[in-house]
Amino acid sequence: MQADLNIILPEILIAVYAMLALVFAVYTGKDKLAGTLTYVTAAVFLVIAAFIGLNDGGAQSAFGGMFQDDAFARFAKVTILLSAAVVLVMGMGFLERRNMMKFEYPILIALSVVGMMFMVSAGDLMALYMGLELQSLALYVIAAMRRDSVRSTEAGLKYFVLGALSSGLLLYGSSLVYGYAGTTLFTGIIAAAGEGLAPVGLLFGLVFVIAGLAFKVSAVPFHMWTPDVYEGSPTPVTAFFATAPKVAAMALFARVLHDAFGGVSADWSQVLAVLSVLSMFLGAIAAIGQTNIKRLMAYSSIAHMGYAMIGLAAGTALGVEAMLTYMAIYVTMNIGTFAFILSMERDGQPVTDISSLNLYSKVEPGKALALLILMFSLAGVPPMLGFFAKLGVWRAGVEAGLFWLVVASAVASAIGAFYYLRIVYYMYFGEETEQGLDEVRAPVLWVLLVGSAAIMLVGVVNLFGVDSAAATAALALVN
Amino acid sequence: MDNLLSIVTFIPAIAALILALFLRGEDEAAKRNAKWVALLATSITFLVSLFILSDFDASDTGFQMVEERSWLMGLTYKMGVDGISVLFVMLTTFMMPLTIAASWSVNTRVKEYMIAFLLLETLMLGVFMALDLVLFYLFFEAGLIPMFLIIGIWGGANRIYASFKFFLYTFFGSVLMLVAMVAMFADAGTTDIPTLMNHSFGHENFNILGVQVVGGLQTLLFLAFFASFAVKMPMWPVHTWLPDAHVQAPTAGSVVLAAILLKMGGYGFLRFSLPMFPVGADVLTPMVLWMSAIAIVYTSLVAMVQEDMKKLIAYSSVAHMGFVTMGIFAANQQGVDGAIFQMISHGFISGALFLCVGVIYDRMHTREIDAYGGLVNRMPAYALIFMFFTMANVGLPGTSGFVGEFLTLVGIFKVNTWVAAVATSGVILSAAYALWLYRRVVLGDLIKESLKTISDMTNREKAIFAPLVAMTLLLGVYPSLVTDIIGPSVKAFVLNYETALHDAGRAATTMAQSH
Repeated sequence: MQADLNIILPEILIAVYAMLALVFAVYTGKDKLAGTLTYVTAAVFLVIAAFIGLNDGGAQSAFGGMFQDDAFARFAKVTILLSAAVVLVMGMGFLERRNMMKFEYPILIALSVVGMMFMVSAGDLMALYMGLELQSLALYVIAAMRRDSVRSTEAGLKYFVLGALSSGLLLYGSSLVYGYAGTTLFTGIIAAAGEGLAPVGLLFGLVFVIAGLAFKVSAVPFHMWTPDVYEGSPTPVTAFFATAPKVAAMALFARVLHDAFGGVSADWSQVLAVLSVLSMFLGAIAAIGQTNIKRLMAYSSIAHMGYAMIGLAAGTALGVEAMLTYMAIYVTMNIGTFAFILSMERDGQPVTDISSLNLYSKVEPGKALALLILMFSLAGVPPMLGFFAKLGVWRAGVEAGLFWLVVASAVASAIGAFYYLRIVYYMYFGEETEQGLDEVRAPVLWVLLVGSAAIMLVGVVNLFGVDSAAATAALALVN
Repeated sequence: MDNLLSIVTFIPAIAALILALFLRGEDEAAKRNAKWVALLATSITFLVSLFILSDFDASDTGFQMVEERSWLMGLTYKMGVDGISVLFVMLTTFMMPLTIAASWSVNTRVKEYMIAFLLLETLMLGVFMALDLVLFYLFFEAGLIPMFLIIGIWGGANRIYASFKFFLYTFFGSVLMLVAMVAMFADAGTTDIPTLMNHSFGHENFNILGVQVVGGLQTLLFLAFFASFAVKMPMWPVHTWLPDAHVQAPTAGSVVLAAILLKMGGYGFLRFSLPMFPVGADVLTPMVLWMSAIAIVYTSLVAMVQEDMKKLIAYSSVAHMGFVTMGIFAANQQGVDGAIFQMISHGFISGALFLCVGVIYDRMHTREIDAYGGLVNRMPAYALIFMFFTMANVGLPGTSGFVGEFLTLVGIFKVNTWVAAVATSGVILSAAYALWLYRRVVLGDLIKESLKTISDMTNREKAIFAPLVAMTLLLGVYPSLVTDIIGPSVKAFVLNYETALHDAGRAATTMAQSH
């Protein structure tokens, strides 16, 4: 028991912190403490991330295999914690200026992060479900955080209803799996599934589980909630949705597929390939008509999940490695982009229309250049890191023999380049008009935007060990 | 110097960084400084690149001055030049100072303009030196970004359409090539270009969806690379982005596009398509040859009816690139020699022609052929230079244009007489449109009221043209300057190609006709 608790110490710490902070804030300053709490929460995340990152104790499991702590989980957790900390601090200025600083906000984020950490370490269908629900419930609430806004409430409600549906699918799938495998432990399921020839009922369960998880990563055809929720939620919340939960859901996906169904990879590989190709094309084509930058980023994230899923569909260690690297790079790009979106204001009001970027390069050349780099990186144009992310998953895809998928994704990436270019077009090629964006003085956002753009360029010279960490993580999961 | 190639490649990028970080303000002094920094940086690059030429040993057919260090994701950063690439490097470093000097009249966002051109130079040089697939792709593709911005920001009225068309066309071609590169990586286990040139990719026929693919994997890989290089080249029928891009681009953008960027396609064929996929290339040679022949005739005819001077020269570029692809795929010494020669010479000539258009565009702000006429009366120096390059474009003996066309035609005649016959008629057509253009713009009486005050070329403009005239003449009367450098490498190239085909049991088609 003692050993088990030691293994989940990071999760316990954050959970205890969240509850203490809640009690403390309720009995003292309430919303006046929101700013401090945000900083403290971010600091806690950073400390825990360092704690996890510096601990390389190999693979161990707790509670009879329900909780797995290995290099894979640690990679995902560090990514989740770091991005959550950055997004928390990044959104503060925005929330403060609009009187939306609620002390519950950092606490809910902390709770959802605990959920994510459980997800990526899950070794059992029950543990998986618990982590997933803890994460989702916290997210439903913060999507609707702006109580006086119809759109925000609508976003929260939509997210909740569709999320509940997907949880239902997942649970139904889990029950089928349990029925045919006789256990909810991944180690038991993989034994029951055997090599290559699994019982049909188990495969049925697998498909439902995949559908439930596909909802969480917003893969087509389970993506419908994404644009509305991204648009309706307050921008800092959208930024959070686009980063940490995506990493967690992708990692969970990989965890379930390899730990529980690793023996029947031929059966799920094709499902993943179809999800991937649909996501890439829908993300690329549907974004073309968008004028709202938040909706555009929603479709962009759908497309990017499609590319990352090529790594999963490959079903190899190389594929998982490519997927993890992809997610790390994707999160970095998105943080920079959302730092920019948070600073988009006209007369003090947030704007999300991309035409407001007209000739932005004349207003603030530095920020415009940083966003240009991020857009080309998102489009996958070298020399930016976004290109290496794509190269990695394509390599995994080709080596796994998914040639058609890789060709399709190449076509999709050429189509998708159009809308990223359109943002560049507004910033640089526009005509003189009166309406421009305000010059926003927000040092934090500036640092994050320019920093993430710089990483996209400097990363080409050196990835700071992210690639080797991803390789270790992938080998811990697939062997 | 162990890393001479890297130094040459990155001098412009460093200058761009200096401009970006340290140059402030929008006043006249800042603009002037930006121009001088850019001119200085490109000139230094050219001077340093002369060391490459002097260190280069033409008799060695391998890669020289190779640099290699490990890079991220298990890739390598590897640079080097051989007889095929070294002259493209020199062409690039030679043309860039002229391009910058030709941009002296740019007045909007000068700093960004110079940064874009400097970065573009780094990327173009990288393309010709890279000896790693991914590194090559990185330089090849990244060049789209500055060019996209150059067309989009400083271009003409319809620049947005042109810039998007340019970017998406080439990007689409290139991602297919990237997929093929990934497949090669998977097949050969390395991205090292010299190793891949000796790697034999599978060429057994196989079926895809019931269709037999002759040449197997090699044909598919060839087609994927072809998608990229044919667009870049550009070859008929995927050339339509070029006239738009040329017309809308600022003068300097057109010069770089015509003189250097188009050569990347031809270079790609020489570096990748033929050496790495000989069987695939051999299977598709008839198609490429006929595409080239059609390109030469068709685009020459199209050029004849153009009303915009830049568009006319753009179409003429497509036709001249047709000679290049024809020469490359003739795959014999004369053909390939001629193709490389034609690319170098076309770099000087088409660059100069676009500069000629720029000279009068700067004065009259129109490129309509009908808006001109009788310029010789007020601009004798201009008339002389324009005539010289018109003749060079036509392929007058004594200019470099003749040597390239003649060699490629000789090369192709040995392989396929019919293609040679069709292509030769293109030479006549090119004389027709070029001379007609010259007559309409320069000769005749000066009747247009607006032209009565036009002034002749300034000293700066003359100074820009002088090196181009010198090179065109020099290569025209003394072609050995080029062929001595490329000769041994081309010989090895042709030999390798024929050996590879022989080993694959496909010696029949091309070689039988060439003996």
